[in-house]
Amino acid sequence: MTDKLKLEVSDEIAIKIQSMNKWFGSFHVLRDIDLTVNRGERIVVCGPSGSGKSTLIRCINALEEHQSGQIIVDGTELTSDIKNIDKIRSEVGMCFQHFNLFPHLSILENCTLAPIWVRKIPKKEAEETAMHFLEKVKIPEQADKYPGQLSGGQQQRVAIARSLCMRPRIMLFDEPTSALDPEMIKEVLDTMIELAEDGMTMICVTHEMGFARQVANRVIFMDDGQIVEQNEPEQFFNNPQSDRTKLFLSQILGH
Amino acid sequence: MSDNRNSFVRHEMLSERAPPVGERGVLKWARENLFSSVFNTIMTIVSVWVIYSIAVGVAPWFFNGVWNAETTRECYEILDGVNGACFAVLRERFPQLIYGFTYPSSEYWRPNLATVLLLVALAPVLFRRLPKGLLVFTVIYPFLAYWLIWGGSILIPTVAFVGCFIGVACYKKFSSGAFVTAITLSLISAYLCWFLGGYLISWNDAFLSLEIVPSRDMGGFMLNLLLGTIAVSLSIPLGIALALGRQSNMPIIKWICVVFIEFIRGVPLITLLFVANVILAFFFPPETSIDLILRVIIMMTFFNSAYIAEVVRGGLAALPSGQYEAANSLGLDYSQSMRFIILPQALKISIPGIVNVSVGMLKDTTLVSIISMFDLVGMIRGPILSSTDWNGVYWELFGAAAAIFFVVCFTVSKYSQWLERQLETGKH
Repeated sequence: MTDKLKLEVSDEIAIKIQSMNKWFGSFHVLRDIDLTVNRGERIVVCGPSGSGKSTLIRCINALEEHQSGQIIVDGTELTSDIKNIDKIRSEVGMCFQHFNLFPHLSILENCTLAPIWVRKIPKKEAEETAMHFLEKVKIPEQADKYPGQLSGGQQQRVAIARSLCMRPRIMLFDEPTSALDPEMIKEVLDTMIELAEDGMTMICVTHEMGFARQVANRVIFMDDGQIVEQNEPEQFFNNPQSDRTKLFLSQILGH
Repeated sequence: MSDNRNSFVRHEMLSERAPPVGERGVLKWARENLFSSVFNTIMTIVSVWVIYSIAVGVAPWFFNGVWNAETTRECYEILDGVNGACFAVLRERFPQLIYGFTYPSSEYWRPNLATVLLLVALAPVLFRRLPKGLLVFTVIYPFLAYWLIWGGSILIPTVAFVGCFIGVACYKKFSSGAFVTAITLSLISAYLCWFLGGYLISWNDAFLSLEIVPSRDMGGFMLNLLLGTIAVSLSIPLGIALALGRQSNMPIIKWICVVFIEFIRGVPLITLLFVANVILAFFFPPETSIDLILRVIIMMTFFNSAYIAEVVRGGLAALPSGQYEAANSLGLDYSQSMRFIILPQALKISIPGIVNVSVGMLKDTTLVSIISMFDLVGMIRGPILSSTDWNGVYWELFGAAAAIFFVVCFTVSKYSQWLERQLETGKH
């Protein structure tokens, strides 16, 4: 086991979610979610499939709409107001399970498109930023290739670089390693660890418990659309309180 | 000498040799593709026999063809009972087949020039590697082509162009503000420009004037090409807009698009053309006369755009929702994500469908012969075949019409296949 990251967490609040509820039709996916994330926190969300963890983080950048309660990101409340949504989306980066790179654009274009058109940054400067972050995720030599020519792990690292090019203050990860071959998982996790070391506020839905132990300062366990248990990783893994958590941990750590 | 059979050392390396005769070149190909099984062999022999009989039947007709004659009767006299075609009609009526029978022959250079310039204008659209500056000509081309084909003072298309230009410029200038304001201002400024331009034109309508050719004098393959090019190029943007409208969250826009698409698709093109020809006139005030070609173009554009809308909708539906989500999560707004992410991919998927529909449209322009316009087919069915000179030369004329359309449509289809390969960037 690698050493645990020791990082400062500021008192400033990055995300505040208050008694938030969401339904898909009549199905109650998220129930009374209360969650406050401080700047610099690295939160891992885990739970069985269908427990609402992905939906939760997708609500934070309004990919899903919540029906009641409050979500405040960086002091801006998420309402149906399109201006607020655009503002929050440009502050919050997101990585997806299936990368969702734009296959018709080169790696460099993937990384520069949003900065040029949303942030209105000159093309040259955007390209420099993109190369900086591609170097950070260790694939600057792939800049002129297309996503289809890269391996899964490389694609996910490009996706991370693409988000970083928007200079987000918060990063959301939606099962970033679940679609990857085992040998590629490490390269993506390493990138994420580096990001955490830089002090990025991160919320990460993942089943990589080693990553949770090493990087997270808080682990949240969800089931049935509710937050069942949250704690520091040490406590969470060694001394789970709820029966549901114990069962879940025994199943995923048992093999 | 060792008896050990397991030990072996090669002292001389083998040089490369050609494969056996049956395993290379034509023989291998024939064995694998033509004679791989008994059934395949029978099919090969039957096919060869069919092709041979057709060729043997057609060849004398084609090669005995008469190219120099004034009438069908003269053709038969020259042939003197031998089986042969009477291609002389193509030669004698060539200008009619291409330009129709009333387009002034002294002005043939104008449609010719317009066609050549069409290729120049299309080039930067069709080939992305060409410098973007050429697109300026593409924008000017429609106005230039109008002047060349219909004639009249150059002031008319110039004023029309300047109006459009000012309108667009005005929209660009105010587009940072409210959409409605920008659109209203740009429409007003364009209208003002056209209004003032009207005085300029009536003051000097002979300025750089070409002989005016009215729409009813257009004909032949020129008319097919004219209708096809305009209808296809207008219907692609309209079809994309309809497809996006059909996906819209705004119920009224969505329903307008759905009703339009379903209505137009549910009606045969020929009915729409009859509507354009006869019924549409009832809906306009009595003194206005909207040009027949314009009415036909409107109907064909509507028809084709409904089909293209459905093809594009298929392309949009084929995109994984992750593309929309990724675009959204990066903060791109609706028009940006459509323009840079969704449409480039959806249209790439839709290319075969769009080309399919558009080539169909180009061929369907021959339907205007039913509403007594003299396009290529209309010319053949009407003035040429009914003339006493060229009675009964069906095969030659319709064969030539088919050949002309085939060349154009096959070129378009080859281009689209090339474009698909160009846009290939590897698997998702």
